[in-house]
Amino acid sequence: MGLGTYDFALAIGGEAGQGIATPGDILARIIVRRGLHLVTYNAYQSIVRGGHIFLTMRISDAEVQNHGDKLDLLMCLNQDTMDRHQRLMGPGTRIVYNSDTISPGTEDKGADLCGLPVAELTQSRNRLVQNTVAMGAVAFLMGIDFSVLEESLTLRFQRRGQEMVDENVKVARAGYDYAVEHFRPFEQSPPDGGKPLAVWSGNEALAMGGAAAGVKFYAAYPMSPATGVLHWMANNARNLGIMVRQVEDEIGVANMVVGAAQAGTRSLCATSGGGFALMTEAIGAAAMMEIPVVFINVMRAGPSTGVPTKTEQGDLWQVLGASQGDFERIIVAPTDCLDAFNLMAEVFNLTDKYQCPAIVISDLYISEGRYSVDPDKINMHPEIDRGALITEPSDTDGYLRYKDTDSGISPRALPGLEGYVHLVATDEHDEDSTLISDEFTNPHKRRQMVEKRARKFDNILADIAPPALNGPADADVTLIGWGSTDGIIAEAVDALNAAGVSTNHLQIKWIVPFHGDQIMEFLSKAKRTIIVENNYSGQFARYLRSETGFAADGHIRKYDGEPFMPHHIVDGVQAQVGGETDKYVPYQEITV
Amino acid sequence: MATTAINLTPRDFKGKSDPDWCAGCGDFGVLNAIQRAVSEMGFRPHDIMTVSGIGCSSNLPGYINTYGMHTLHGRSLAMATGVKMANHEMNVLVTGGDGDGYGIGGNHFTHTARRNTDLTYIVMNNQIYGLTTGQVSPTSSIGMTTKSTPFGNVEQPINPITSAIMNGATFVARAYSGDVRHMSDIFQQGIRHKGFSIIDVFSPCVTFNLTNTHDFFKERVKKLEDDGHDTADWKTACEKAMLFGDTIYTGVFFESDRPSLEDVEPVLKTGGPLAYRTLGLDKDDAQKIIDRMM
Repeated sequence: MGLGTYDFALAIGGEAGQGIATPGDILARIIVRRGLHLVTYNAYQSIVRGGHIFLTMRISDAEVQNHGDKLDLLMCLNQDTMDRHQRLMGPGTRIVYNSDTISPGTEDKGADLCGLPVAELTQSRNRLVQNTVAMGAVAFLMGIDFSVLEESLTLRFQRRGQEMVDENVKVARAGYDYAVEHFRPFEQSPPDGGKPLAVWSGNEALAMGGAAAGVKFYAAYPMSPATGVLHWMANNARNLGIMVRQVEDEIGVANMVVGAAQAGTRSLCATSGGGFALMTEAIGAAAMMEIPVVFINVMRAGPSTGVPTKTEQGDLWQVLGASQGDFERIIVAPTDCLDAFNLMAEVFNLTDKYQCPAIVISDLYISEGRYSVDPDKINMHPEIDRGALITEPSDTDGYLRYKDTDSGISPRALPGLEGYVHLVATDEHDEDSTLISDEFTNPHKRRQMVEKRARKFDNILADIAPPALNGPADADVTLIGWGSTDGIIAEAVDALNAAGVSTNHLQIKWIVPFHGDQIMEFLSKAKRTIIVENNYSGQFARYLRSETGFAADGHIRKYDGEPFMPHHIVDGVQAQVGGETDKYVPYQEITV
Repeated sequence: MATTAINLTPRDFKGKSDPDWCAGCGDFGVLNAIQRAVSEMGFRPHDIMTVSGIGCSSNLPGYINTYGMHTLHGRSLAMATGVKMANHEMNVLVTGGDGDGYGIGGNHFTHTARRNTDLTYIVMNNQIYGLTTGQVSPTSSIGMTTKSTPFGNVEQPINPITSAIMNGATFVARAYSGDVRHMSDIFQQGIRHKGFSIIDVFSPCVTFNLTNTHDFFKERVKKLEDDGHDTADWKTACEKAMLFGDTIYTGVFFESDRPSLEDVEPVLKTGGPLAYRTLGLDKDDAQKIIDRMM
């Protein structure tokens, strides 16, 4: 992930209801149309009005997968934002604010203070007008031509009439012109990155991935930070012929998707840990009845209600242990937004082949973050393989739904077909679906069926790409992460190598099945291993140990609700190389 | 609904296993009445999916020759809704008991009625938990002694009929398992009805409920149709459903033609069952999605 020639980050802070999203969206569109990459991370609270919202946007001419380490420009929409974050802004940075209502505080670290006399510039008392004035000033500071901003404002507001367009362009112009007169622009302006890029969030990528994979039934109960999947599905349902149901609770959601999957649709649901807890019994039901279905758990900080708007990798053991009994499930943790999209088709193909439940564990950082993407990399027509699915009627008898085959996989007939009438049951059953749980239990048949179901997974690893080691093979430090931290760790690795600490990186995506042997190939040769994860107790470290017997030398853990920034990991590695600690917990500098 | 004229008998709907119910269990009558109803209506086994939860009565899908799902305790309606949404041409029967449907599954009961999904829900109500050997149920009468209420039940039972009407079910009936002909007739009406049909059946547990026995019901049940009941009149339906003394009404309490979920769901307007549709996105649709992200 070599850094480009341009790496700029700005933040917009205010309270919920102050319209932070609008300048954020307008700027994002300008950036990706110019072919530049971006990552946005929005720190917020579970509140509709008030609180402190802090949107960070990183812009680069190279591909970036995290929100970076620094801020170049801070746009304050209220005094609270100034008070909280002025101390982060050193020499060379800019703070843009409405000087009518906001005053710089005492923690001046050398930023250029760019106060805008909004009332004088606009003759308006509209609270939201300050955002547009500030946009004008920001455009000048960043070196974006006013015509580019004007075009974006026009696109944004044209649906609401020409008067609205004119008003916004006028006040933006006032902000721009004032900035020309009074402020010092950044030395570097955003280069032209080439062909325009698209923008998506992880939740949108998951939903789109599902749609591309052929999902026809989606059910959900709203829960942050997974609700974005529901919203995408709901918006696109009618066009794409996807049934979307908002259900009374997650128990209903999970059972409904299992029912729909048994009837033959590719079926999907998404939730966060609390809702996932309610879904777990149905996951075991899908395993026992051998029904392919995909559950998404977008992790947030727990336990219990926890911090609904903050990220964490705290549900690993929840998904590993979801539902009673001893059974196989597929678990995969996307490593970035495009990966979240791509893996949906792969996971659906696997669940159809192995007739089992799968769990995708994303987290708030991937799911609610917004990322630029090259539209040509989005394959909306992935291969769809439904495995041993019988779709034509038969005039012969003797179909056994749970036929004990060499592979353990029993051809699955689509209900409704003549000649394949069968029962599926959550009770233990024999090949013919006859219950062996109530009237006559049968230890031999029980053993046969347990082994049949387990045998399905004997060779599943061959269907899945093993993790790859990035960086020099003989590095002094090997960083191990899983899921969403990939892009953050990768950048830390670059920084460490540049600083003379030879480092490589192994990111784990497939949790179950687990490439234990291949992983040990790398780790057995590693000199110093450090596991990076967004939780307190080292859930992945313990899982790695349980699967391989391997215990890492050190750990970097963060559990304050905010995602890692690359320098947190750099600092953690330096501290461990320097012998200060073998468990480093970074300090979160930005208080949001 | 079956498309070709065929002459199947109830025997053709006999499942691979024989019921494991106690001799004299009311559920035998319910099973017979279902088999009779579906054969008389001209269905073939593959036209139907029977979905149940867990409990004595929920073993029924194993005893009937149709597609079947024997699912989780309380979750039959949610599973069945998924089945129906995925294949709305399938006739979906849901069978279970009072604990399964009105206790642990109560939330789904409420919301399935509200959605008016085209399911036929047959509840074998024995006012007791049988499979767990005799505890109080959500329909047990006040004062009933059970293993979990040795000093008598103090909680008000749920009224499935009034609950279903209030929650929006569009076909609400009650039957008694000792009258297979009448029960089968109501089942046929329920299956024909487009929308959520709930038939609460008094299905005595001969082992654990020695209060609400066959003799108890035989003396009391009275057919609504014999009293000239208007099934469009929900208020009178509720009044009659509240009676649980010397007279206990059976028959169809309420019916309305409010559109079912399948009828109002835009995705099902054209294209046939979702389960049989081609997977993958149309090229133009896919391009539009990408364009909106630019």
